[in-house]
Amino acid sequence: MADVLIMNEIEATVGRLGIDLSQVDYDSIRLPPGEDFGIVSDDDDVYQDDQLEFDSGFGNIIVVDNLPVVPREKYEKLEGVIRKIYSQIGVIKEEGLWMPVDPESHKTLGYCFIEYNTPQEAEVAREKTNGYKLDRAHVFVVNMFDDFEKYMKVPDEWAPPEFKPYTPGENLQKWLTDEKARDQFVFRAGQDTEVHWNDARQAKTELVYKRAYWTESFVQWSPLGTYLATVHRQGAAVWGGATTFNRLMRYAHSQVKLIDFSPGEKYLVTYSSHEPSNPRDANRVVINIFDVRTGKVMRDFKGSADEFAIGGTGGVAGVSWPIFRWGGGKEDNYFAKLGKNMISVYETETFSLIDKKSLKVENVVDFCWSPTDPILSLFVPELGGGNQPARVSLVQIPSKEELRQKNLFSVSDCKMYWQSNGDYLAVKVDRYTKTKKSTYTGFELFRIKERDIPIEVLELDNKNDKIIAFAWEPKGHRFAVIHGDNPRPDVSFYSMRTANNTGRVSKLTTLKGKQANALFWSPAGRFIVLAGLKGFNGQLEFYNVEELETMATAEHFMATDIEWDPTGRYVATSVTSVHEMENGFNIWSFNGKLLYRILKDHFFQFLWRPRPPSFLTPEKEEEISKNLKKYSKKYELEDQDVSMLLSEQEREKRRMLKEEWEKWVSEWKLLHEEEKLERQKLRDGEASDEEEEYQAREIEVEELLEVSEEVLSFEFGQE
Amino acid sequence: MRPILMKGHERPLTFLKYNRDGDLLFSCAKDHTPTVWFADNGERLGTYRGHNGAVWSCDVSRDSTMLITGSADQTAKLWNVQTGTQLYTFNFDSPARSVDLAVGDKLVVITSDPFMDVTSAIHVKRIASDPSNQTGESVLILKGPQGRINRAVWGPLNRTIVSAGEDAVVRIWDSETGKLLKESDKETGHKKTITSLAKAADGSHFLTGSLDKSAKLWDTRTLTLIKTYVTERPVNAVAMSPLLDHVVLGGGQDASAVTTTDHRAGKFEAKFYDKTLTEEIGGVKGHFGPINALAFNPDGKSFSSGGEDGYVRLHHFDPDYFNIKI
Repeated sequence: MADVLIMNEIEATVGRLGIDLSQVDYDSIRLPPGEDFGIVSDDDDVYQDDQLEFDSGFGNIIVVDNLPVVPREKYEKLEGVIRKIYSQIGVIKEEGLWMPVDPESHKTLGYCFIEYNTPQEAEVAREKTNGYKLDRAHVFVVNMFDDFEKYMKVPDEWAPPEFKPYTPGENLQKWLTDEKARDQFVFRAGQDTEVHWNDARQAKTELVYKRAYWTESFVQWSPLGTYLATVHRQGAAVWGGATTFNRLMRYAHSQVKLIDFSPGEKYLVTYSSHEPSNPRDANRVVINIFDVRTGKVMRDFKGSADEFAIGGTGGVAGVSWPIFRWGGGKEDNYFAKLGKNMISVYETETFSLIDKKSLKVENVVDFCWSPTDPILSLFVPELGGGNQPARVSLVQIPSKEELRQKNLFSVSDCKMYWQSNGDYLAVKVDRYTKTKKSTYTGFELFRIKERDIPIEVLELDNKNDKIIAFAWEPKGHRFAVIHGDNPRPDVSFYSMRTANNTGRVSKLTTLKGKQANALFWSPAGRFIVLAGLKGFNGQLEFYNVEELETMATAEHFMATDIEWDPTGRYVATSVTSVHEMENGFNIWSFNGKLLYRILKDHFFQFLWRPRPPSFLTPEKEEEISKNLKKYSKKYELEDQDVSMLLSEQEREKRRMLKEEWEKWVSEWKLLHEEEKLERQKLRDGEASDEEEEYQAREIEVEELLEVSEEVLSFEFGQE
Repeated sequence: MRPILMKGHERPLTFLKYNRDGDLLFSCAKDHTPTVWFADNGERLGTYRGHNGAVWSCDVSRDSTMLITGSADQTAKLWNVQTGTQLYTFNFDSPARSVDLAVGDKLVVITSDPFMDVTSAIHVKRIASDPSNQTGESVLILKGPQGRINRAVWGPLNRTIVSAGEDAVVRIWDSETGKLLKESDKETGHKKTITSLAKAADGSHFLTGSLDKSAKLWDTRTLTLIKTYVTERPVNAVAMSPLLDHVVLGGGQDASAVTTTDHRAGKFEAKFYDKTLTEEIGGVKGHFGPINALAFNPDGKSFSSGGEDGYVRLHHFDPDYFNIKI
């Protein structure tokens, strides 16, 4: 209504003044600034903008305390110093620095207010300069202006914190108590992520939990299997529980790309890389280390991608993941990062560098932790054109004492492989031949647990063979190598310990001409799957290294991934969505019998749920494996029952199907019979409907092809 | 037994049909000439020349005297089986996809494709007993389903017409009034284009194959879903043994992806399934390309498959086949 009134008024005024409104060029009208003649603008945005200024409050103001108290003469100098410090961090607003002065003494009061353009800058300024030492007597105390209110509200009287009664949490390891001692696995196909029991006895799976869009990129089990981690745009989350999967904790980390658990699953490392605003800069990298149980950030690392890209540019987003490698076994005591000319080793007690400084190693390019002990192995390549030899050293943490060192000559590359118990370290060394035109490979084998750490050199029978794969037997003394240049390479097995030759490495056997390019030891040792992935289309050979015999050969066409279950009883081979067809997985027994297969389109990931290590002592384990017959009796009976039940069920199912089918057939017969006459009518009375009404007649047809006459001479006297 | 390889077509096969006696096999292909073969030894008997486009399907009369073919040249033609002469040509505004003769051979159902502004349709035509009296008039025209109708066949006593096609729905129509009687359920039915449909010998049930990698068995009268056969490939062709409770599914990956993958990845096999247990029994390999057509000899002792590779393979079963126990 107001508008209408105004228009009416205007029209009346115009009429009085005798102006033709249609002739007026509105754009030419200029009002004096700040004067609207009582006409309210209908442009809402103008007002909104003003409002916003107020709403932002004082979030962009910080209060700097503990400044020196100076007289009037020195005021400007101090202001200059403060301005210099704080304008490095962000843009201080015009007249944004205000240092109050005592009106009587004309001295400053020892604090000032600084107003930034944005709350973010203020936040950074607080973070960076809180504790800034101007000199010995003046250590800055910086607070956000907004926080003052909060601190003022702190009651003067101490009130005891509310006591929360202890509520026992769920048993997160309930899955280990499964009666049938089955294992779980998770897989992702399409938008669904599903956790199943592997019910190999019944040759099927049993669904535990299924959820669509459970994760936005991938899932990962924690190393002991307690948690399942999912990755989302806002951060990571872990799931677990006694019977189902509930969200246990969330870890906020925007745009997280990669995650990594510490081996004892106490900590979770999350990684993200962000596009810089200036295209010339490197990506900004943010790494957070969370405590898995409390969800607290223990330490964060921020920096440009260059700082974190040392030691190979492999992996996703130009970093070799994990950037932080955990050491010291399941205790999660140490983690380390490769830097330029140094290795930064942190301890988790304080989340700071050991001895407050990094381990200086000139030109170090790679390092590895022992899986069980706080020992680092590191590799330094040749320097000065071969004048300084390459070397591999073992360093004890936290003492940083060098346990052993080995110099190596004319080395082109080095790879380190620890045995899972930390007993041995194999270093694969690629050396140049004398002409420097080609390389050949040898192994340096360290026996960590023996006195003085003896080193042994192993060369293959044919020195020029390329090494395609290397793998230690888990918890064992053997290792397997795939070597050779031709399309069908050889596979060799070596042992670090044989009955008559305890201190020396010896070859067990060589299998010639295998279609294999990957090795998968059973987690329990003894058995190994020689797999031909990619180019070999999924050839599988199940091999018993104890007896040195092939148990089975098989094929899972196009298989891309192979994983043993944590007990070493079953093997899962899967075809993921890199191939268009045949997506899904197969479950095999350890000896290569196909148990069942499940096909799923758009199959992305298959992971067995890991198990924590066994509580049994090695002696007890030995005893069990010796008296296996005694222990297995009970299970054999169970197996028999299950298979009986299965065949019984199968028979029952078939009987039902047959009956059902026969019901249909008899019904159809009846209907068919009923319609017989009508059908005859449709066929103009032709009766035959069924084959039986057919009559086979044999018709002989004689055809005269040609008639010819010939006179044969008849001779007498032949009789 | 070793399959007999019948080389006569220059382009991918589209359809195979045995006559009632099982001594003749008619084959249609994307080249323009339907061919008739001896079903026993695979010897070529003759061709039917006159079409000007890919031939999509055919049907033969009960007494094996008349053949009808549907072609992409927008015609369906009647032929004299013995002489190969054209008897009549039905003209359409779009390619004719499927043909099926009714019991008594007096009616034929022909489907036409959607083309330009023309929507797909099912036509019912009368076949005159004397070819000289033949007219092209339609008794009934059914319209409605979106997309191509890949197959339309007669129900029991010619009272209904069963159709299936690109919209993945199986429909049963009243052949008198043209009313839609039944539609398959979206939930339990096929999820993708239905490529083929095969009737049982007595017409009581039928099998549909679909690109959703499954085949389904339906009751013709009630449209009840009886069985589902799940496979790893898109299904292009289906057939049912008239003798044993077996069904055969043929198919393979898309022809456009053939060259980029290993021939073993294609799975160009004819897969045998137990009809009641829906379990796979075995497979017959051989084609170098997806299988487009399958047909069982009415005696159930041989079957033939036609592939994208342009070959027809005629398989006579070994005696072992008849004793399969699972």
